[in-house]
Amino acid sequence: MRWWQRLRRRSQMEDQLEKELRFHLDQHTADLMARGLSPEQARRLARQALGGPDQVKEQCRDARGTRWLEDLWQDLRYSLRTLRQRPGFTSVALLTLGLGTGATTVIYTVIDGVLLRPLAYAEPGRLVALQEQTDWSTQWGNQWAFTYPNFVDCRNGSLALAMAGWRYTGGTLTADGKAEYVDGREISAELFSILGVTLARGRAFRPEEDRTGAAPVAIISAALSQRLYAGNAAAIGAPLTFDGKAYTVVGIAPPDFRLDGESDVFTPIGQSADPAMKNREAHRAVAWARLRAGATLAQAQAELAAIGRRLAAQYPASNKGRTFVAQPLRPDVGDVRSTLWLLLGAVSLVLLIACVNVASLLLARAVSRDRELALRVALGAGRGRLARQCLTESAVLGLGGGLVGILMAAIGIRPFVAIWPGNLPRVEQVQLDWRVLLVALAVSGGCGLLFGLAPALRAPARELERTLRAGARAVSGSSRRLHGAFVASEIALALVLLVCAGTLGRTLLRLSWLDPGVDIRNVLTARMALSPATLPDPGRTRAAWRDVLDRARGVPGVQSVALVDTVPMREGNNEIGYWTTPAEPPENQQPLVSATSVTPDYLKVMGVPLRQGRFFDDRDRLGNEGVVVIDEVMAEEAFHGQDPLGKHLWIGLGSDPARVIGVVGHVRYWGLAGDDTARVRAQLYYPFAQVPDHLVRRWSELMSIAVRTGIPPANVLAPLRRELRGATGDQVLYEVHTLERLAHDSLARQRFLMLLFGIFAGLALTLASIGIYGVLAYLTGRRVPEIGMRMALGASGGDVLRLVLRQSLGMIFLGVAAGAGAAWAAGRVLQRLVEGVEPAGPAAFAVTIAVLVAAALFASFLPARRASRVDPVKALRQE
Amino acid sequence: MQPKSDLPQGTLDLLILKIVALGPVHGYAIAQRLQQVSRDVVQVPQGSLYPALHRLENRGLLAADWDRTETGREAKFYRLTRKGKAQLETEAASWLRLTEAVGFILNMSEGGAK
Repeated sequence: MRWWQRLRRRSQMEDQLEKELRFHLDQHTADLMARGLSPEQARRLARQALGGPDQVKEQCRDARGTRWLEDLWQDLRYSLRTLRQRPGFTSVALLTLGLGTGATTVIYTVIDGVLLRPLAYAEPGRLVALQEQTDWSTQWGNQWAFTYPNFVDCRNGSLALAMAGWRYTGGTLTADGKAEYVDGREISAELFSILGVTLARGRAFRPEEDRTGAAPVAIISAALSQRLYAGNAAAIGAPLTFDGKAYTVVGIAPPDFRLDGESDVFTPIGQSADPAMKNREAHRAVAWARLRAGATLAQAQAELAAIGRRLAAQYPASNKGRTFVAQPLRPDVGDVRSTLWLLLGAVSLVLLIACVNVASLLLARAVSRDRELALRVALGAGRGRLARQCLTESAVLGLGGGLVGILMAAIGIRPFVAIWPGNLPRVEQVQLDWRVLLVALAVSGGCGLLFGLAPALRAPARELERTLRAGARAVSGSSRRLHGAFVASEIALALVLLVCAGTLGRTLLRLSWLDPGVDIRNVLTARMALSPATLPDPGRTRAAWRDVLDRARGVPGVQSVALVDTVPMREGNNEIGYWTTPAEPPENQQPLVSATSVTPDYLKVMGVPLRQGRFFDDRDRLGNEGVVVIDEVMAEEAFHGQDPLGKHLWIGLGSDPARVIGVVGHVRYWGLAGDDTARVRAQLYYPFAQVPDHLVRRWSELMSIAVRTGIPPANVLAPLRRELRGATGDQVLYEVHTLERLAHDSLARQRFLMLLFGIFAGLALTLASIGIYGVLAYLTGRRVPEIGMRMALGASGGDVLRLVLRQSLGMIFLGVAAGAGAAWAAGRVLQRLVEGVEPAGPAAFAVTIAVLVAAALFASFLPARRASRVDPVKALRQE
Repeated sequence: MQPKSDLPQGTLDLLILKIVALGPVHGYAIAQRLQQVSRDVVQVPQGSLYPALHRLENRGLLAADWDRTETGREAKFYRLTRKGKAQLETEAASWLRLTEAVGFILNMSEGGAK
């Protein structure tokens, strides 16, 4: 018989065992009678010889070897039956656990998809990321992006690595007189094959297409193929005008293909027109590689080091002290990591509270079943067996709660991802799959065992006789202490969450009142792509920008217009080194400043206050003296309180120094939250008109337009777009934001965390209150006879009320004391991980504790009042 | 009357296998036969017989069928499986080797070890 048959035929087997033993006894008795004994004597002797029938049966059952399984089966069915008999208890427990595991599962699903899952390429373990490494360090460290010539030399020289390179581009797509700006990537021909990505349609680039002068070909995203050609089939072979150059589409990338963010157009990197791609000092390319079959990372490292030495000897000017290193390729997820772990910590606390809640409910049940359990021990049940049964019951409850939670998570995961602030990296990887489900079930089963532990451990009822005699009324001191500990730990856990939520709330409040340094109302910013045809000639480019400014100024509602390369609180910055004496210090000793190139009206548009001197005007152009304007922070950092006006500054833009002509207010460039702790806070402005000719093209690719309006900024967007399309109709605005939106978004992470911590804290408070209510209702319920006695002896209702509340206050204050320490530590963690957080002060603690104590007292008040209205006569009769 | 000896550990299984090897037999008969054959020297607590039978059945050394006795009552008859037969042979052989060796040692004349 197989084990599953045993489970099904259990009763049949019991019958047969019974029958076999009865046969034995009958046979023996008959034999003894045949020897002349009386029937009674014979029966007694036969029984004596066999031994206690129940013990023999028990041993036979043990001998079957699948005993534990049969017991488990029996326990499972028993648990389900008892749970069904108490639908109220069961649904509260399942809902509590479901909320806990559901929230945990949602966060864990995101963590799994974003942080834990390997890259979605074939054999991700054999992919490596390559970096250039110098034997000196600067403020930016000692690892650098690749230069394209170095990449080509490494690719051709390496046997262990199959290498591919790519870099960010972007440009204007023009078709049918319409123009739009799209992000793009220049990629080397090997990229798709190295990643093991198959194109949705068409083909990857051929090596002979990956060099200058080859026929221009492009691969486009599936989304763009839909948008432009209404389908993949029609797109292959179709013409595409990208940044003024005519390409032929040869392939469509798969829909979920991402190369550090979305991009619509892929072109061969070898065909790039950018002169930087021939420059051994322009670090613009990303290099990835796959280890060839049989090669190890160590071999690759050694090989790269050898190539590095060779290139250093060959090109000492650019490559001296420079080598190449390989590291396993990992997804880049930025500060999402700490946000996610913080959230997991918070939901784990909620889950713990849920567990404690259910544990106290189960304990209350176990205590009321003391007599039953003692009886069963007296009748021969093993202590281990009883403990196992308790654990089975709680595990069933835990798994049930887990299933409810998984259901909640399945519903909640998409909305959760949707409210994530900004872009969640690798969001396409976030899904509820069997790995997540396994973890969720394991966690909920584990929780089941955890909260079943307390009832199970007390199952081997000590002092059987006393328990049996005591009746069901008395609550032993140990169980009351355990209940008290449960309440205290719930309070402590809830306090941690409440303090965290309060800290975040206060932080948000403080940050949103901060002065950003600019007047954020009525300002619209947008990146601007000039007509590709104007870019090759600096003179035409400058003229085109002047035209843009003139036309924008004429748009109704626009008050002032400026060009700027890096907009405050938006992604993108330009940190450069500067020095104040003619001798250039080594690069790693130069202080850094974020430099912004602007046109004269910038101050007016942004509303930055001028503190000293003047801002730029039309005289500040190429050929005249180079000038800069600095902010208060830099004035202090660079000139230490001396008057900065007229002082000279050297920045990397040219050999001549620039004269400081003005000082302006500090702008919270890194966002409301981030600016105080930013690495580089000093700010410097220089005229766009003084950017040297050879850099004009590069700068123009980065320029944004900013306009101050007299009407709501959204209303000027359409006329502005129309006005700025240019003579050829291919100039576009993209990444359009209002400054107000940028300021708002700079607090998105704090706001999101506060929202979730607030929800979790509310949940925790509710669960803890329910827990306190349950425990006190139970404990006072058990004390009804005692209370009756007290009242019979003269205690008033008020005395009883105070008695019960005093008991609950004891538990509450124990919890507050324990939680205060943990909350302080949690505040420290928040402060380290979230920009702008200041630790909660005593006032915040006091408020939080007051809220918590009030909620807890409210929860204890109901049972206390019920106790105070006990009718002494009835209560005493219950005994 | 000689005092009855307890069975050495593990020998009960061997004896059961041997008795069952003689032909299908029910539990009570096994108990009887153990007592008769050993001329009451071997004391088999009947209470431990059934757990042993169930254990052997569980290990696949014995198989059992319900059948009628001569008196017409239904009883559970045990028989040896092929696996049980092999087990009996190896265990019996090793038991004989062991007892032989123990016998040799016990029969040594004084000083014979030198």
